[in-house]
Amino acid sequence: MSTALVIAEHDGTELNQATARTLTGVAPLGAADIAVLAKGGADVCAQAAALAGVGKVLHVDNEASEHQLAAALAPQIAELAASYAVIAFPSTTFGKDLAPRVAALLDVHQVSDVMDVIDAKNFQRPIYAGNVIVKENTDGYDKAVLTIRSASFQAAVNGDSAAPVEAVSVSAEIPGHTRFKSLKAQKSERPDLQSAAWVVSGGRGVGSKEKFSIIYTLADKLGAGCGASRAAVDAGYCPNDMQVGQTGKIIAPDVYFALGISGAIQHITGIKDAGTIVAINKDSEAPIFEVADIGMVGDLFEIAPKLGEALQK
Amino acid sequence: MKIIACIKRVIDYNVRVQINREGNGVVTDGVKMSMNPFDEIAIEEGLRLKEKGIADELIVVSIGGSDSQQQLRTALAMGADRAILIENTDDLVPLGAAKLLLKVIEKEQPGLVILGKQAIDDDRNQTGQMLAALWNRPQATFASEIVVEGDTATVTREVDAGMETIEIDLPAVITTDLRLNEPRFVKMPDIMKAKKKPLDVIAADSLGADSAPAVGTSDYSPPPTRESGVIVESVDDLVNALKARGLV
Ligand SMILES: Cc1cc2nc3c(=O)[nH]c(=O)nc-3n(C[C@H](O)[C@H](O)[C@H](O)COP(=O)(O)OP(=O)(O)OC[C@H]3O[C@@H](n4cnc5c(N)ncnc54)[C@H](O)[C@@H]3O)c2cc1C
Ligand SMILES: Nc1ncnc2c1ncn2[C@@H]1O[C@H](COP(=O)(O)O)[C@@H](O)[C@H]1O
Repeated sequence: MSTALVIAEHDGTELNQATARTLTGVAPLGAADIAVLAKGGADVCAQAAALAGVGKVLHVDNEASEHQLAAALAPQIAELAASYAVIAFPSTTFGKDLAPRVAALLDVHQVSDVMDVIDAKNFQRPIYAGNVIVKENTDGYDKAVLTIRSASFQAAVNGDSAAPVEAVSVSAEIPGHTRFKSLKAQKSERPDLQSAAWVVSGGRGVGSKEKFSIIYTLADKLGAGCGASRAAVDAGYCPNDMQVGQTGKIIAPDVYFALGISGAIQHITGIKDAGTIVAINKDSEAPIFEVADIGMVGDLFEIAPKLGEALQK
Repeated sequence: MKIIACIKRVIDYNVRVQINREGNGVVTDGVKMSMNPFDEIAIEEGLRLKEKGIADELIVVSIGGSDSQQQLRTALAMGADRAILIENTDDLVPLGAAKLLLKVIEKEQPGLVILGKQAIDDDRNQTGQMLAALWNRPQATFASEIVVEGDTATVTREVDAGMETIEIDLPAVITTDLRLNEPRFVKMPDIMKAKKKPLDVIAADSLGADSAPAVGTSDYSPPPTRESGVIVESVDDLVNALKARGLV
């Protein structure tokens, strides 16, 4: 019997990589089980079972899980949770939406954005936009619900043999008060922002939606994913799913290029775990230079094309 | 329909937060306090729904010490009709906050409860979802657009994959994302008017909410600092610096 149950994030066919990072996060508690709640979902189960460090995969095939709505998933997970001390979700919008609903059904506290699992009752997490790290102790509760901060952990790799997949049925009643309408996904050929090894981001300094192509062009030359500051998203230069930071995506690429981004703490908190931060800004006083490993003061419109040429893969 | 907006008093987002000398909390003495930015967006959305004739009353609720009255007064100045302070000075986890808020909701019977997606002090992002679960009602988190028609709301949500639209039956809980709206500024005469609007103070322990034990937080520490980097003069030097790090 495993201590921890990890809730898989997936789109019906593919296991989201954040799940494998969550698995690494709870690894100090021993092999974890993974729950796959899906309509169908056999492929997802196979991908989950292949990961090293998995006890078994619980497969709950349920029509009502098709769109992964929190209202539909939470009662099912609360039922599965009965025999686990720790229930862990990735700290993505999927996990952030769902985990608290599960925790409340279980009447337990949730620890958000866990950076370190010390044991089943003690966890490290950031507060104040990552400016302070604290230890949170859940002795007052018999279980802990966690969201695991993806950027703090490497994704678990595939193991030597696949874990068993067990079909499980639940009796939880699924409410009909919440209905999926549509998902407008940004179709992009670029590497996914949250797992890309290199990321190129643009800020308000880019100046317009049209000029943002300079960011895309550089990213494509480098084979990088694309990000943005909140100011760039708010100004309509690029879609919201590109926002990096406290209230956007927290990422940990090997190399992060910040172009025309001033470096507000809310942005920096999203890139603190990057291997190397490269900043290009025309203002030598910009706070981004305080965290950059490599900084260059100058006009991004002059530098980006040259950089693209020099680094083209 | 009544709307409730929930607001929390937090350290202003522009403040560089410092850990106290004992290492068991952060410095709050003399530090600027404000309404959580996401909660201003919640109030603004409530006001807009009122202005559209969809809601007839906007009530703002905060749980906290008596100084949270300042933020409630700001909310009244923005245009909320009345305010409720659930007075509490004990450490409160989101589960505890949700249980207290539920008591007020059971009494007031709102059609919509709007919260921020996240309080920027503890960055937990839980209270709205917990409230929805305890109330056994729908939740629409990270909202960037809300359209209310009759007994349903159509909400567009900012999710990692893009924009998701869901339809929820009312009453329901919605949490705000940054792009839902731009909160209005408070005008001087409104501050004066707000002083006359009703602000009820209720002791938290008089509400009879279930317990939610506090969690121990300790070992406050700064995040690991990054070593200071180099400033390069040319693109060639930049590429060389990447090479020196074994990246190209
Ligand atoms: C509750 C809350 C949450 C937030 N969450 C986030 C978040 O998740 N992510 C986030 O990013 N922000 C977030 N913010 C906003 C944050 O505080 C900043 O406002 C934002 O990050 C600024 O974006 P920016 O650096 O692109 O813009 P600016 O601060 O305007 O900086 C633009 C920079 O571009 C430079 N520049 C201009 N032209 C050029 C040029 N030609 N070449 C080179 N450089 C140039 C300028 O020198 C300047 O430094 C949040 C704020 C709040 C209140
Ligand atoms: N003490 C409180 N009083 C009123 N509302 C609160 C309180 N704590 C949290 N909330 C609401 O819940 C949202 C999310 O907070 P949290 O779950 O703590 O990140 C906030 O933006 C508020 O709208």
